[in-house]
Amino acid sequence: MTILFLITAVVILASAVMVVSSRNLVHAALWLVSALFGVAVLYALLDAGFMAVVQVVIYIGAIAILFIFAVMLTRREMRDTGPGLNKNWWVSAVMSILTFGGLAYLLSSWSGFSQTSADIPVGFDAVTALGEALISPDAFVLPFEVASVMLVAALVGAVYIAFNPRIGDTRK
Amino acid sequence: MNFWKDPIQVTADWLMSLFTGWGMAEGLANILINLLGIVILITIMLVIDILLVWIERKVVARFQDRLGPNRVGPFGLIQPFADIIKLFIKENITPVGVDKVVYNLAPILSVFSVLILWAIIPLAPQILGVDLNVGLLYLVAAGAIGTLSIIMAGWSSNNKFALLGAFRQVAAMISYEIPMVVALLIPTVLAGTMGMLGISQAQQGMWYVFLSPLGALIFLISAVAELGRAPFDLSEGESEVVAGFHIEYSGMKFGWFYAGELLHAFTFGGFWGILFFGGYHFFGLENWGPLVAAAIVLFKALIGYWVIMWIKYTLMRIRIDHMLAFNWKFLVPLSLVVLMVTALLNTILRDASTWILGLSMFLSNALIAWITIEILRSRSRKERENAEGLAQPTMEAAQH
Amino acid sequence: MQNEWLYIGLFLIVGVALPAAALVLAWLISPKKSNPIKDSTYECGMETVGESWVQFKAQYYIFGLVFLIFDVEMVFLFPWAVALGKLPLFAVVEGIIFILILVAGLAYIWRKDALEWV
Repeated sequence: MTILFLITAVVILASAVMVVSSRNLVHAALWLVSALFGVAVLYALLDAGFMAVVQVVIYIGAIAILFIFAVMLTRREMRDTGPGLNKNWWVSAVMSILTFGGLAYLLSSWSGFSQTSADIPVGFDAVTALGEALISPDAFVLPFEVASVMLVAALVGAVYIAFNPRIGDTRK
Repeated sequence: MNFWKDPIQVTADWLMSLFTGWGMAEGLANILINLLGIVILITIMLVIDILLVWIERKVVARFQDRLGPNRVGPFGLIQPFADIIKLFIKENITPVGVDKVVYNLAPILSVFSVLILWAIIPLAPQILGVDLNVGLLYLVAAGAIGTLSIIMAGWSSNNKFALLGAFRQVAAMISYEIPMVVALLIPTVLAGTMGMLGISQAQQGMWYVFLSPLGALIFLISAVAELGRAPFDLSEGESEVVAGFHIEYSGMKFGWFYAGELLHAFTFGGFWGILFFGGYHFFGLENWGPLVAAAIVLFKALIGYWVIMWIKYTLMRIRIDHMLAFNWKFLVPLSLVVLMVTALLNTILRDASTWILGLSMFLSNALIAWITIEILRSRSRKERENAEGLAQPTMEAAQH
Repeated sequence: MQNEWLYIGLFLIVGVALPAAALVLAWLISPKKSNPIKDSTYECGMETVGESWVQFKAQYYIFGLVFLIFDVEMVFLFPWAVALGKLPLFAVVEGIIFILILVAGLAYIWRKDALEWV
């Protein structure tokens, strides 16, 4: 299991590096798909089957496709021609190493770091539990409904920004 | 244990004792047995795929009043195998300017997105890959990978027709995914599970097509659109974009796109049969043994495949604006209404008998269908009157 | 549970490996006599003019956005649908309100003609 995790982690990190370093924007989007699929594998390794498939459905099936659409629709030249680094690159390198070191230090001093996760009881259905939690008034019913309102807000906002109402005038 | 009662388990046990007898660790032997089972399952699917080519060609010939392949072997049965050999020995052409890695990866991913569906299809209670409790979402996730493969093929081909075809196909696939997912929610509500085996078992008494005929119809329509077959095959409209996203593919690479499409149609026929037509249930015939049950599922898949072919060879291709309007202005609202009514009735009539539940579900579906048709009729009458009102003066002018 | 996903993982690997093996086999046994005409881009027999990776209608993007919103909504509804059998009536009503809010959004963009293919 640890070996699988390490392989997946290496694949995710390598894909992530390729996303930022690849010159071709569609290649970058495809490397992003690879990284997102790796995250889905991580969810599956954690026994979170629902999260794993949702990761593929939403992130690969919708968001990555939307990225590719956006790249193809906005740019004439699908290549990044400018320099990849500027002269302050070493500052960001130091900052990232410091952040990584700080996070690693904090996590290693946390007591839960070395514990393995508890076993899931036999017959426990995570999806049903999630559904009940989403509906029940003493759990997440308000966030559930607010999520719907937020999705509508996103829908209206996206259409307002992206849509050019040319045909509105010709309508009788 | 009897072999005919549970062939997979018996074979697995026998292989396990064989492998451990050779001094293999139990975990490794387990993985090896599973791997063997997967390879056999996928190989069977690919052989069925070859036969599907023959079925497709025979059926389309009948629809067009022809004979179809009838020279190579009895009834032309050897024809698809000859086709496969031809595809294999065709020259491997990589056009200039293609993006090589993406170009070669796309056909593999295309057929991959279909093959992985067979991991969750329950051929019988004992013959199934794995009963995921998120089975239906797994189906949607596999569809997402199929969408990705098409956009990869279209983009990497370095051809405007290919890119345009891929865009159309992807627009169709993502649009029709919404009514398909809503149609998948209906068996989920009725069975109370997303697992394919659970849905099959829940239809012991009553097939879901009687509880939700509209849901079955919506699933069929969106499945046809998801497949990119006629009447939704404008990604490969010959007169406009020549062959769509696979225009630059030849030989075995094209073969995988073609095989993937046929197997996809067969697989969706299978899902249609499992979700709405009782899965392996067929009037108690499934009790004869798991092999009979598997034959029933495959037979239902063939029937579903035949219906998809029937639609393909009967209807003409529609325009992209019509296709998207049909989805967003008709199928999505209709499917959401059906879902809400199904959920409501299923909860209100929870304690009622199966017959009352079935009758009221069926009647509510019929009512929704009738109201929909009435709304459509009045809308189209209004549009016709508008068009006639515009046409009237010119007609009179012509008479004078 | 983890064994299920291990099985799926094996299935994914075999599902990629078998088609890839067939492509490699075809590549091995097929003749290799390429020439520039054979390898040229098809495009109806004409020479390709300009870059093939061109821009497309923004309308595709609008439908992509609408699809994304509805896809997220459907994912929320799956746990609701699974748990529905054990829940009282008000849970169903909550789900229906959830759907209706989104139908209102659909009606809005419909009125705004964003669903027209210009």
